[in-house]
Amino acid sequence: MAKGWKDLPIGGMILEAGNSAQYNTGAWRAFRPVRDASRCTNCMFCWVFCPDSSIRVKDEKMVGFDLLHCKGCGICANVCPVKCIEMHDEAEFGGSMEMVDEPGRAGGAK
Amino acid sequence: MSEFKALDGTGAVAEAMRQINPDVVAAYPITPQTAIVQTFSEFVADGLVDTEFITVESEHSAMSACVGASAAGARVMTATSSAGLAFMWEILYVAASNRLPIVMTNVNRALSAPINIHCDHSDSMGARDAGWIHLFCENAQEAYDTVIQAVRIAEHPDVLLPVMVLFDGFITSHAEERVEIFDDAKVKAFVGEYKPKHSLLDLDHPVTYGPLDFTDYYFEHKRQQVEAMRHAQKVILDVADEFAKTFGRKYGLFETYRLDDAEVAIVVSSSTAGTARAAVDKLRAQGAKVGLLKPRVFRPFPAQEMVAALQHLKAVGVMDRAISFGSMSNAGPLFLELAAAMKIYDAGVPMADFVFGLGGRDIVPSQIEGVFRSLLQIAETGRVSELVSYVGVRE
Repeated sequence: MAKGWKDLPIGGMILEAGNSAQYNTGAWRAFRPVRDASRCTNCMFCWVFCPDSSIRVKDEKMVGFDLLHCKGCGICANVCPVKCIEMHDEAEFGGSMEMVDEPGRAGGAK
Repeated sequence: MSEFKALDGTGAVAEAMRQINPDVVAAYPITPQTAIVQTFSEFVADGLVDTEFITVESEHSAMSACVGASAAGARVMTATSSAGLAFMWEILYVAASNRLPIVMTNVNRALSAPINIHCDHSDSMGARDAGWIHLFCENAQEAYDTVIQAVRIAEHPDVLLPVMVLFDGFITSHAEERVEIFDDAKVKAFVGEYKPKHSLLDLDHPVTYGPLDFTDYYFEHKRQQVEAMRHAQKVILDVADEFAKTFGRKYGLFETYRLDDAEVAIVVSSSTAGTARAAVDKLRAQGAKVGLLKPRVFRPFPAQEMVAALQHLKAVGVMDRAISFGSMSNAGPLFLELAAAMKIYDAGVPMADFVFGLGGRDIVPSQIEGVFRSLLQIAETGRVSELVSYVGVRE
């Protein structure tokens, strides 16, 4: 949950070096990538092309999206050679910022 | 010990700046403000102050340099007028939004076109929503006193907003008056040392001023500015109290003159309030119950306090030295805001706006007496025949 006006440094000042890691740019997203893991070939095209380094990879497998930082540009869905990534309207997810790594399943890789 | 000197408004402000001894002044000359920074630059050249005086190529650069210096933790002052203020426009908002306690004297002057170097309030009134505190002064003494107080108001931790000190071009800026100049040490003690909480030069506690602020945080930072403005009213009064205890002159949110038992009153700021006071005395001698309210603090606007001071009247006339073109009846900004406050807080007093003095057009006591006569007629009939009229314009 982003902080309210009483808890933020005044004037947008940044008082802590390196705090951009805490900035959840995913809050801007209008469309959310959703992957059908059963069809994914782990080709890593999405990992290469993602401009926000928001593709999660573990043991050489694509395991999901970093939805706290994914801005929903749709490049992953566009470059996917087997079209296993679809962009869904953020409204379908009730505005939550949960990690999702396949349709209907919440709580992916951290 | 205080000294009494013959000074015009610009000289009085330059004296205040000499005593405050700011770390940085960045300024560009513009009539009728020029004499402030010109006089101050002599103090710099003569070694009377420690100030870093930055000569810049424009007012946009002047305010930008002020922003940078203030973020670096310096006590910063500047001065401007008219087109200079307009040229600072973008950076006025940056100063206020970055919460930088810059103190700027704006000598009120008309905006072009046609080009005009004389007084009206169009310049600062145009900047009324930029997030600065606006303090209007009637004469050179008030300008001197207010610049000293402005430093304390701006730098107060509950405020941290830039302050504009405003007075009338030429009328106040260039007329010599008897001005009390306080002892240097007393002024130094009153303004104290500026200890910024966050400075760009504090390498042990690095800080970023003015980063990108999008849909997710910008609104919260605007809400913080509202809170600072809310705090400002109390701080302005607290600083005024301390000033009165230290130096003897009292200031408030506004000043009233023969208002308590008045039936009609004029609301007018700056030098014209002095002229209006003479008109009040003349009409009072003839038995007319007239009074005056002189706004001092325009931002934050003391709506409830002004309504409380005016609600017993049978008619209120606002005298505006600016026009908000295209607003309700093309009225002036002071009228629009006060009329809204009077309605919201149920004063039920008929009001009219009297636009005057644009481009330095003279306003004389007999014209203000004419305004009072219009108000006495409104009080008698309860009807406002002309919501906005123009005092001294040729038909």
